[in-house]
Parts: sequence; C-alpha cells; structure tokens
Amino acid sequence: MKMYFSNSDYLAYFDGFLNKLNLTNKTNLTIETHPKWINVHPAILTLAASLALQVGKDNVQIPNLTASSGSYLDSMGLFNFTSQKSPYLINKKDPSGRFIPLTIIKTPTEQSQFISEMIPLLHLPPEKASAIKYVVGELIRNVLEHSMNKSGAIVAAQYYKKSNTIRIGICDNGIGIRQSLSKFWPGHTKNDVDAIKWALTPGVSGTTTNAGGTGDNAGAGLFFIKSIAKVTRNYFMIYSGSGIYKLLLRDKRSENPRLTINPEDDRHSERTNAPYLHGTLVAIDLTLDSNLDEFDKLLAKIRTSYGDAIRLRQKRQYRRFKFI
Amino acid sequence: MILKMFKYIGDYGENKDTARKIRLEIILPCLEKKENITIDFKNVTGATQSFIHALLADPIRKYPEIVFDKITFKNCTDDIKIVIQIVEEYTQESL
Repeated sequence: MKMYFSNSDYLAYFDGFLNKLNLTNKTNLTIETHPKWINVHPAILTLAASLALQVGKDNVQIPNLTASSGSYLDSMGLFNFTSQKSPYLINKKDPSGRFIPLTIIKTPTEQSQFISEMIPLLHLPPEKASAIKYVVGELIRNVLEHSMNKSGAIVAAQYYKKSNTIRIGICDNGIGIRQSLSKFWPGHTKNDVDAIKWALTPGVSGTTTNAGGTGDNAGAGLFFIKSIAKVTRNYFMIYSGSGIYKLLLRDKRSENPRLTINPEDDRHSERTNAPYLHGTLVAIDLTLDSNLDEFDKLLAKIRTSYGDAIRLRQKRQYRRFKFI
Repeated sequence: MILKMFKYIGDYGENKDTARKIRLEIILPCLEKKENITIDFKNVTGATQSFIHALLADPIRKYPEIVFDKITFKNCTDDIKIVIQIVEEYTQESL
C-alpha cells in the first residue's frame, strides 16, 4: 500500500490525496512525503495509523523524509506505528501544540477517559467544548459498537489557529458501513456510498428497522453530526469501502440552513470508486468562531428536523388497505 | 429516589454502557414499582443523544402511561435539556 502526504491534504482537496492512494498489496505500507512541506488533516494520519496496524510496525516505511514540518508527524505520534525512528527532535510536552496525537481507543472506559482529557489538550474554553465532546463521543462509540474489530478506534485532532478550526479524524479497520447495515437494510446497501447515505438518514440503525430504534440504538448519531457540520458550515466526510460522501460547505449567504432529511439533498460530493478501504474513516472540521457557543440552540434546530424525519418514516411504514 | 448522575458518569455522558446499566438496574425497576425518580445532572455539562437514548428510550416505550409523571430531571444544562427533549419526542413518535 502507498500513500502520499502533500502540503495541502485538507478535506477540500481529499480527491488529490486519493489519487495517490494505493490500498492494494496489504503486506506493507509506504508513506511518501512532500520534500519541503507536509500539511495533512488528522484524519489522514488516522488512516495511515490504521493501515499501519494492518501491516505491522516492521512493514511501514516513511522514506526520504526531508520536510522540516515533518516533525508534525512525530508530534502526532505516527512513529509509534512504525519501527522507523523519527529523524526529528521535538518537545513532546509543548503546551502550545493544541493537538491530540494518534490515540487508540478500544473500550468504553478508554473512551470516557479520552473525552475528559481531550478538552484540556486542545485548550478549549468550556463553551466550545460541548460540541467537540459530543461529536467525538458519538463517533468513537460508533466504532466500538458497530465496527466489529478489536483494534478499536484511532483518533487524532488538531487546532488550526489561522482558520480557528479543530480538525478531527477517526478511523477503524472494521467491517465498514455497508456490511454493518446489510443485515437489516439489504435494499439500501447495493454499494458503499448508498450504505453511507442510508447511515446518514435519521432513524437508520444497523441493529433494527424500527424508526425509533432499539433500547440501545436510535440511528441518529451520524445525522446529528452531519447536521452540526452543516449548520456550522464545515466539512464532514465518511469514507468506507470504495464509497466516499463529503458534505461540502454551504453558501455563506444562507444564514439559516435548512436541515435536510435525505443526505442526497445536501450540497455534497460522492465517489463510488475510491481505493477499497477495509473499515471506515470519518473526518470533520469544526470552526470555533461559528455558533458552537450556543450548542443547545444548534441541537434545537436538529431536533425539529429529526422529529419531522421520524414522523415521515412512521407514515411510510403504515400498512395500507388494498383497493380492487 | 434521587439518581445523582455525576457519580456514575462524571461531567459528561457519552458511555452508553453506563447508561444501559443505570436504565436496567435503577430506572426500570423503579418504574416497575411505580416509584418516583429524580434524575439529577448536577455538575454534568453535557450528554450525547446516544447516551440519553440508552437511558430513556426503553423506559418511555415500556411505561408510556406513567414515565412522564414518575421521572423528574434536576440541574440539567440547556444542552442536556434539549437532548432529553429530542429523545422523548422521537421515542413517542415511534410508539
């Protein structure tokens, strides 16, 4: 397998990253890098780490690492996933970092500990913390519950001062969204991107066809997170199997965006032919100067559209008389 | 009875296993006995929808006649309040 870290691997340019991603030959992983400047989204680092777990430390190479900004890879803990030594000398306790290095979470207890420790690491004020805790909590839980893989969730995040944004990535080596949904929703899992879009639909869970979910699952998590990204005008992307769904930025002029039930109706891009990823990668950006301060108001917006969606699905499930 | 959530979940509710345990071991048995429960979120700053769903969806489904009279919430932040309202709404929609 091969991947390339460029100087602009943001979610906006994820297609560029994909063009150089090769996920065949799963015995080794080579990470090539831009010679002068490396700038990668934390989600790409979580992908690299999850692929490294698949092939084993001794089979991961990062050759010709010459970019001075490559020390970022060290700070983020990528060298913990390879036997190769870091060529950089860094101060790992640098308090100005405002990042969460690559972390593996395998149990709900580790999840709770991570959630409580992550906010101080990102130096976030309490009013900004709720949305970040919410998003990360839901995404990690999804992996622990649905990925069916013991290697757990790999998480990383980074604060970017220039854009005042937290970028978050979570990746796993699990069964993927399509297989997770296929038991109860065979008609909605014809390909990976169909399955991703169905998973983003309110009330869709991999554990039941009931619109209200089970006692433990509602099928609301991903819809909420997509909605948070949409209202705050941020990127949100899911990559699973050969499918990718990416929520694009909504028009700046629309102050009160309408939350749509069908992810097809959101401004998005999708791919059905991405290199096949065994597992799921979720990436989200959260701009801190957006309306994250009033998280309850943001949730109230989502509440209305979620209620509408469930009512609509309930009606769709009404049995009908036959007229002859 | 008074259920002090901070004791079980710390300052944030996201662990569904804990929610399920509280539901099965405390909330549902109380409702079975038609006892009043005050769920106190003092010092808890927030909770995910998944957590609140795991805590409340089953009690609403199993005891729709009495659950809203028997359970009372205390010291909820605005974030927690709205998540509880979301779960109570969609759960009743799907009854």
